[in-house]
Amino acid sequence: MTVKVLLFASYADTLGTHQLALDLTAGATVSDALVEIRAMPGADRLPPEPLVAVNERYARRDQELSAGDEVAIIPPVAGG
Amino acid sequence: MRSALTDHPIDTAALVAEVAREANGATLLFIGTVRDVNDDRAVTGIEYTAYRSMAEREMGDIVREAAEKFGTADIVVEHRLGELTIGDASVAIAVAHPRRNAAYDASRYVIEQLKKRVPVWKLELYVDGTREWVGAGGQRVAEAAK
Repeated sequence: MTVKVLLFASYADTLGTHQLALDLTAGATVSDALVEIRAMPGADRLPPEPLVAVNERYARRDQELSAGDEVAIIPPVAGG
Repeated sequence: MRSALTDHPIDTAALVAEVAREANGATLLFIGTVRDVNDDRAVTGIEYTAYRSMAEREMGDIVREAAEKFGTADIVVEHRLGELTIGDASVAIAVAHPRRNAAYDASRYVIEQLKKRVPVWKLELYVDGTREWVGAGGQRVAEAAK
């Protein structure tokens, strides 16, 4: 299955893109997606435990993903 | 109640007018503005970006939570995106309530939750031409790509 990964701010700089498609096996979790993302060039500069949102909601590491999910890696937020 | 991201200057007077009702005895307007120095470095401006759809959703949740907790639906918040210069309003929150204590509490709740949860990021632009991503506490987190 394929999920859409979104990157923002310093994380988009780190990976050199704002969006990528990620192929995962059925039943993959947020943790599994992070392992795949970490293997990409530049991703070694991501923090060990980045915040993740799935379909616009903050998600836990063990949340299972479905095909077409929007998985956002969220840098430390700084609104206001 | 209402919340929004905007690419245009925030009309703070309009926000105050929006929460005005005869039942309200207290009205508060909080305005967050871009300041000229952060962490001892001279700043020329800040570029705000967001995960727009999620930021709108989180802001909507926060306003609904504040309305429920503090007993007033008269809450509006706007957050601006794009390149702002010193003195520009980046965020404005108007709250009105029959009593002042609850109005203060609701206003405080909205800004504190916004800073914790809403996916918005700041790229600080410095007088010397450099730019860096900064965290919620104003600390520099990463040098920006050119």
